[in-house]
Amino acid sequence: MEQRIYGIETEFGLTHSAPQGRGLGADETARRLFAPVLAWGRASNVFLPNGGRLYLDVGSHPEYATAEAATLRDVVAQDVAGERIVDGLREQLQETFDAEGVGGTVHLFKNNVDSAGNSFGSHENYMIARRTEFSRLVQHLLPFLVTRQVLVGAGRVHPTGPPAFGAFTPGDGAASYSFSQRADHIWEGSSSATTRSRPMINTRDEPHADAEHYRRLHVITGDSSMSQTTTALKIGTTDVLLRMIEAGQILPDRTLADPASALRQVSHDLTGTAVLELANGGRRSALDLQHEYLEAVTRFVQRHGAHHEHMDWLLELWERGLRAVEQQDFTLVDRELDWAIKKKLLDSYAAAHGMHYSHPRMVQLDLAYHDTSPSHGLFHMLERRGAVDSFITPEDAQHAREHAPATRASIRGRFVAATHDAGVNSTVDWVHLKLNGEHRQRMVMCKDPFATTQPDAEAMIEEVLAGRA
Amino acid sequence: MAQERIFGTGSRREEEPDAPAPATPPTSGAAQAQRDTQGTDDLLAEIDGVLETNAEAFVKGFVQKGGQ
Repeated sequence: MEQRIYGIETEFGLTHSAPQGRGLGADETARRLFAPVLAWGRASNVFLPNGGRLYLDVGSHPEYATAEAATLRDVVAQDVAGERIVDGLREQLQETFDAEGVGGTVHLFKNNVDSAGNSFGSHENYMIARRTEFSRLVQHLLPFLVTRQVLVGAGRVHPTGPPAFGAFTPGDGAASYSFSQRADHIWEGSSSATTRSRPMINTRDEPHADAEHYRRLHVITGDSSMSQTTTALKIGTTDVLLRMIEAGQILPDRTLADPASALRQVSHDLTGTAVLELANGGRRSALDLQHEYLEAVTRFVQRHGAHHEHMDWLLELWERGLRAVEQQDFTLVDRELDWAIKKKLLDSYAAAHGMHYSHPRMVQLDLAYHDTSPSHGLFHMLERRGAVDSFITPEDAQHAREHAPATRASIRGRFVAATHDAGVNSTVDWVHLKLNGEHRQRMVMCKDPFATTQPDAEAMIEEVLAGRA
Repeated sequence: MAQERIFGTGSRREEEPDAPAPATPPTSGAAQAQRDTQGTDDLLAEIDGVLETNAEAFVKGFVQKGGQ
């Protein structure tokens, strides 16, 4: 499709650290974090005036789902805005704790693993054409998802080396660094379950749109990205690959013999050269496969034209990212890709303090990279110092906290703002807008995710604004 | 509308009182690289200033239930 809806759902990690006493547990901290949300929307699961959704998910994770975005710039802006909104709650809770004398520090992390080996996700949503055969799409997408971590992984320190998994044999227990956080926690290629056995692609078919024409591809194998340029590359490369598959482009079959083991192999091999077995008996490295995808996409774009303004940027960074791994020159991407930005920081710190990756401080730095606090988070520290590149301006991010992208989300956002300001009881989901009037209920369905206005919804919003609802 | 207005906690500014200035927009790679190198010691000192002293206890204290 030339135009697509994107969205990112982020589960955040939360901890209350009280070195002098006992920190509150995760459940209690999450409950306190959401107190202002509950007061605002009478629920801990709310849609916001920017069209996004904020809620407490499985396992007391604060979760933010971006509004539907139709451009790379908008999806990055909404993702950044979501982080700032949830971090705003973190900051409010800190102030409350300080005032109450609870003490300690509340930390919010945009990462994917805790110290006990629990994993939580970053889910990408791509609207895809219903007419595209889903099994063919998955077949070509999976080897891409398994290998894209060499570009868009968030990086992770392993103080005792890679964990064992099936056929994947770990090293000798020496400390190591991997491309991905999430790779060690994914169990199969595609399935409808998410928490019991984690697939890379969730096959649950909830289009949140006209089901005759669209379905939703739910990718749950990715790492959360701190870097805006990493987010843009992650969404942008996946989008253009989908575009090529949807266009019916013939691609060679690169089905992996064992995708879950391959995911781990790729993650723990910073050279990108580990040999992966294909189902048809072939063998390819992560770099081989990524180069194949990049070349196919580049040819496709040459033939069919770029479908958005960032295509040259995207292809250049994709190529440079692969070259950085190939030449083992990580400085080529250490301003743009999370795993390389983080590794540079860790290496500088380790060198200055004569430390090794097995030192507890290295794990702490790894975690602190994902701390969302503008003052304590290490990624944000680098951002402030101009040591990393951005994809949007601070003004774009600020705007996205308050305003929905130019999609169906703008109707929802205006409805949410209007009903909230008027104190009118309403219920909202991705498709429906409902007024729960005392005498009559009214509901509008927004089935076209690209439509920024819709007559019946506009009439309802007008009614609310005029005090007639 | 700032996020505080969304969740109704009055007129407090969104940044922490001691929060640093917002990120500078990207500039040329070479100029940045030079500044980056010069700033490494300074950066490491700033990091040490914000990290909790007991690394092990801090990391171990971060336990969630699994998500999706």
